[in-house]
Formats: sequence, structure tokens, C-alpha cells
Amino acid sequence: MIQRSAKTFGRGVHPPEHKDATKNLAVKRLGFAPELVVPLQQHLGAPARPVVRKGQEVVRGEPIAVPAGFVSVPMHAPATGVVVKIDKVVMATGNLAPAIIIKPYPGSSQEVLYTGEADIDAMTPDQIVAAVQDTGMVGLGGAAFPTHVKMAVPQGKSVDTVIANGCECEPFLTTDHRLMLEQHENLFRGIAIALKATGAREAIIGIEDNKPDVIDALRARLNNAPSAGAPIRVEPVKTRYPQGAEKMLIKALMRREVPSGGLPVDVHAAVFNVATLAQLAELMPRRRGLIERIVTITGPGVQKPGNYLVPLGTPLRYIFDQVGLSGGARQIILGGPMMGLSVASLDVPVTKGVSGILVLTEEETTARLNKIYPCIKCGQCLEACPAALNPSLMGDMARRREYKRMEEQYHLNDCFECACCAYVCPSNIPLVQYFRVAKALNREKKAPR
Amino acid sequence: MADQQRIFELYSSPHLKRPVSTDIIMRNVVLALLPVVVFSIYQFGLSALLLVFAGTAACVATEHAITRLSRRDTTVGDWSAAVTGLLLALTLPPGFPLWMAAVGGFVSIALGKAVFGGLGLNIFNPALVGRAFLQATFPVAITTWTPAFIPGRFIETIPSTLAAPFTKPAPVADYVARAVDGFTGATPLALLKFQHVDTDNLRLFFGMTAGSAGETAALLILLCGAYLAIRRMLDWRIVAAVLGSVFIFSGVFYVAGHGKYPDPFFMLFSGGLMLGAVFMATDMVTSPTTPLGIWIYGALIGAVTVIIRLKGGLPEGVMYAILLGNGVAPLIDALTQPRIYGAPRKRLLPQKTAKETEANK
Repeated sequence: MIQRSAKTFGRGVHPPEHKDATKNLAVKRLGFAPELVVPLQQHLGAPARPVVRKGQEVVRGEPIAVPAGFVSVPMHAPATGVVVKIDKVVMATGNLAPAIIIKPYPGSSQEVLYTGEADIDAMTPDQIVAAVQDTGMVGLGGAAFPTHVKMAVPQGKSVDTVIANGCECEPFLTTDHRLMLEQHENLFRGIAIALKATGAREAIIGIEDNKPDVIDALRARLNNAPSAGAPIRVEPVKTRYPQGAEKMLIKALMRREVPSGGLPVDVHAAVFNVATLAQLAELMPRRRGLIERIVTITGPGVQKPGNYLVPLGTPLRYIFDQVGLSGGARQIILGGPMMGLSVASLDVPVTKGVSGILVLTEEETTARLNKIYPCIKCGQCLEACPAALNPSLMGDMARRREYKRMEEQYHLNDCFECACCAYVCPSNIPLVQYFRVAKALNREKKAPR
Repeated sequence: MADQQRIFELYSSPHLKRPVSTDIIMRNVVLALLPVVVFSIYQFGLSALLLVFAGTAACVATEHAITRLSRRDTTVGDWSAAVTGLLLALTLPPGFPLWMAAVGGFVSIALGKAVFGGLGLNIFNPALVGRAFLQATFPVAITTWTPAFIPGRFIETIPSTLAAPFTKPAPVADYVARAVDGFTGATPLALLKFQHVDTDNLRLFFGMTAGSAGETAALLILLCGAYLAIRRMLDWRIVAAVLGSVFIFSGVFYVAGHGKYPDPFFMLFSGGLMLGAVFMATDMVTSPTTPLGIWIYGALIGAVTVIIRLKGGLPEGVMYAILLGNGVAPLIDALTQPRIYGAPRKRLLPQKTAKETEANK
């Protein structure tokens, strides 16, 4: 049941949830596109290095690119087929980036042929971190930060709590909701891996209270079969965006604040998305790689909305052939509506960090094309900003191009672009966009020439 | 089949937007002021109607003219000039000459807002800037009150209303003499200050007294404010801070003065306090934005109001209190910036950086 006063961080917003269209639809598999496009950089960090040649035959699950350093992950072939070429392709950002393009064989099956064995119980934390890197796992919630880096606790620091992030606070998205209902055994196994790697004493599964079915199901499972190792508990949190932002969830569940500029490990916490943990539990014991992920494909512009298991590298064009695009479709967003990226090309492939594909129609897009008024200092953005910044004042500074001042005196870099400020702004000022530009220009100035 | 040639639009996140905008807020403020206007007309008749019209028309016309003269698109559509005009008119005596009201409207927009750069950039509440100008320029007209509920008020105006520009308004003594029993021209605050006559609090609460066109009906103003607060278009904390502060400070005077000073409820429901607290102190542009700053600002306005009313030479002090509050709002904001997530506890003043300390040596 929903708790009366669920835990939460301060401030934030509560946009309409829009989850009803897909939250009760079980995950369905999508077939192979005629060509799969696997970019070498689908994660934060260094791009992977390809280890296949043009014309080479690859087996589903086989490594096709290896990490270039610690903060980097390998890529695996999403289907059995032949490497057509390694070439630059259009990415979601609009930039060109190198990718391995694979043509699956017509008879290619879902079976993963490339497989090994790992005995997690016998592994040391360092060995687990290395094995996690081998899976190519990144944060599936959207940030796409390499998971093994988060699991590697730096020398002199310690983690006492692992948080499994099942908030899914972005409107429209329901992948974590479905995953927690359908694959909770994997989730618990994944938590066990994270506990072992980090040496934490307990794990908390944080779930927004708009998913009472998940909270009930996971609690019932824990009551029936308590975990053997460190205790795991399910903790409902208030349905409030951005509850699922790492630092906000730590505050909500542990009442600790990650220091400005610091990492969760500084307050002895490690946060992993539930989908990341569940996938890890599926892949790591068999030494497999990440080759597919669950994506919520939804929005008024989609004819068959649902939660789909999509092979990585599947171009949007193929996806919309399968799920149908309505005539009124005007805008495609990768991710959720609050932080997602608007894409222009149907050639863009699904990558590891894509949790949702949202298609909006004219009705929604024109609704946002409101006139921009001057800031009336209403203060709503101050009440919404989860980092307690002053977006109103910073917006003014951005217009005057005082970017350095924003960073030095008004903590610009503590903004994680959740977009609450722009969401509430009655004057329709594109505040987050201002802040992104300011940050980018500040970075540019600091970069060595 | 997904169309090869199809063009998709690109936008920056967020792709959802709360369906409220500045013009909607301003329109709602106008809407919330309409009951106050209607009550004012019911009380003071034709003159109040003309006064509201003159003030609003002057503000909107000035806004339009100035934006056009500066070769920008007119900003009349954001409705903020209409709000200013309505508020200005509601703070004036019902028999205030229309041409003076129009001058006030011009000053409100031109000197209160446009010179700063328009909406969002003004330091002081434009309506109150206009009123302060009128107070200084036409001290007699702005303190010439007429009683409410004069018979025949719907068919003829108060004699001073239609004064020709730059002439002395007609005297209202004959008009006042027609007042029904129990109604006088003097406002409750003036009665108290100069004649030491008390007014019943219930009559104040329901607006059955003389006063400015729209300031008398405390209950009605509170209800209209509640509508805006529920729609999150008005910050109830400012209203609470101002009223709470007036209540506490006047309570202190009341208790300490042994009958020398009016009771706190009288202070709450008399004069322009309700209108000022609900519709003017809450002006988003000129009030602080930080959570702590809002309370400080409200408390300051309340305290200054009480001091002017009880210790100053004027019977009423809400206008000056709010203007003073507006003036220090940026300072309050600067001193009360919230502690950001993950930062150590804040000091009152920003800490000097190591570099600055070094430079000062």
C-alpha cells in the first residue's frame, strides 16, 4: 500500500504522469532490423575500439569493440551477421560518430551463442568490477555512465548502502515499472552483485509511490524469501520529479547530501538503476554482453505504444515500421519528456542509454511555442529547483552573458539540467537551455588550446 | 511506413510545460479584482465606475503608446498594465477627479515601469508609484472622501469626479450632507487619528465604511486573494507575513498603550491594508523570491505600516510601507539566498574567497 507520507527530497515538480498507456503492457520483443548500427560511444567516457573488420562474420553476443581505458566499455554484436562497414553515422545529438554496421543473417535467432561462466561467489570485488566492465553495462536509466566505474570503490572511501533506483520519475516511461514486475528475481540477484562489489551493508530499493503494484510485489517476495546476505528493503518515495536523480534519491532515502561537486561515494552511497542491476544479473554469470534493452515507445504519435525489448543498434526507422507512426507525429524524443533529446533523423539508432522513445504530435509541440515574456520574478523556479539554485537570477545573467559569474557565484555547475525551472516558468523562458549553453561555453574557455 | 522525407521538429528539453503563462496570471489577477470593482460601484456608484475606467484606460494607453514609440511590439497583451490601472483606481478616493486619475495612470506606467525597461524590471509597484505621485501632487483631492451608499449614486456622479483638467474640483460638502445616517465621509483611520472615534470592526470587515474606492471590503478582498492563491498565482506567504506582522506589532502597541491605541483587528481591517497586502505587496516583480526573504519582506511591510499609522503624521501608511519593502526587496533577496543542495551551512554574508582575502592584505 501507499505510505501516507512517503520520503522525498526538497522542491521539484509533479508533471502529469502519462504512464497509463504503457504501464500495464508486458515487455514484447522487437525483431532485427535489416541493418544494425552500433556506435562506438554509447556511454560516458572514452569510445570503444573496434576489433572487427569490414566483411567479418560476427556471432550474437560476441565482443566487437573493446574498452579504451577504465572509463569505457566494450560493445557486443546484437545479432549474428556480417560487418558491412565501420563508418560515421548520425547520432541522437546530430553529430557524426563512428559505428560498426552489422547486417544480420536472415536466419539470425534470438539465441545468444557467445557465452562463458562466472562464479560470483568466488570472485573478489576487483574481479567483479572487471567482469561488469566485460558486460559493457552502463546506467540504463539514461545517463549511460559505465556501471563498473560506480562499483569500483576508490581507495580510502567506503560504501555502506546500495540504492536500487526504481523511481522512474520521468513522465511517459514505464520500462522500470515493467521490469520490476516481470524480472524481480534478476533485480535481487543484481543487488547482490552490487552489494558484493561495493562491500555495502544494506540495500534499499527506492520506488515512487505511483507504482503500488511493484512495491507490494517486491515486499511480498522479500517477506517470503528474505535475502541471505545483507538486508534489502523496499522504500516508497513520493511521486515527484526528479526523485530518480541520484543525488535526490540519496537525500530522500538516507537524508544525506552529496557535497557540491562530489559523488555519491562521498556519502557512502552507490546508486544503480533497477534495470541496470537486473540486466547485470542476467549477463554477468554467463559472461555475456549488453546487446538489447527495454524501451518504452509511447506518446500520442505512436500507433502501438508499449514496452519493447529492442536490440541495440536498431534504427528508429525500423522501430516505427513496427509500432506505427501516426500522421500527426511532429517530434521524436529519446528519453523522457523532461530531459530527453529531440532527434531529427530516423537513422539514429537505439543505444544503451535510451530508455524511451516518445513521439509528440502537433498539439503538444505547438502548446510549447508560447510567447516568451520577461521574467516577472515570481520565484516559482526557486521553489522547483531540486538543487536550490536561483534559476531566475541565473537566467538574467545568461542573457547578459555573465557565464563566469553564474559558475563562480551562483553554482551553475550544480545544475543537473532536470528542467524543473523551465517547466514551471510562466514567462516560458528556456532556462535550462540557457544553462546548457553557459556550461558549454565555460567548458570551452577552460579547455586547453 | 515511416516516411523517408519526413521532417521532425527539434526542441530543447523540457518537452512538457506547465500550462500557465504570464498573461494568464495577469488575466486572473484582473478577474480576481472584478468583484472588488463591482462592490466599489455598489458602494460609491457611477463615480467609482468612471474612476476605474479612467485609471485602467490611462495605464493601458500609456503602455501601448510607450512601446510603440520605442518601436517594439505592444505589450498590452500581457495584461499587466490593466492590473496596474485597476489597482491604482481602487486605491483612490471614489470622488477623485478623473483627469487626475488619468495623470496617475500615466505616471504609474511611464515612471513606475517603462523607465526601468518594462514588465519585470521595475523596482517599485507601478500602481503605488502613481499613487505616491498623486498624493504629493494633489494632497487635497486624494484625501477628500465621500460616504458610501449615498442615495442617487447610480445616476449622478460625485461633484468632484468630472472636474475639468487643471481646475479646482467642485466641493463635495453638499453631496456628503446627503449621506444616510451612520455613514460619514471620513475614513475609519482618519476618524481615529484626528477625532478619536472608533469604528465597529464588523462594518470594516464587510466594507460598510468610507475609504478608497476598492479598499474597504476586507472579506471580499481576502476571498479574491484566496482564489488566486489556490491557483498558485499569488503567494499566500506574503499576505500571511504582512497581516501577521501588523497583528503582532499593533497588538504590542494595544497591550502596552492601555487603550491609547486601536485593537489589532481594527488595524487589520481598516484602511488600505487588505488591498495592499493581498494585491500589492504580493506583486511578483517587486517582492523577494527566496523563501526566507518573503517572510522578512512581509514582516517589514507590516511593521512599517503600524509605525506610520500609530506614530506618524498620516492616518494611513500601507502605501509607503510597501514602497519601502519594494526598495529593499533586492537586498533581502541577496542576503537570503537558499543554501544549495550539498553545500555547507551558509553564513549571512558571502564568504570572501582566498583570493580576495589575499588582495586585502
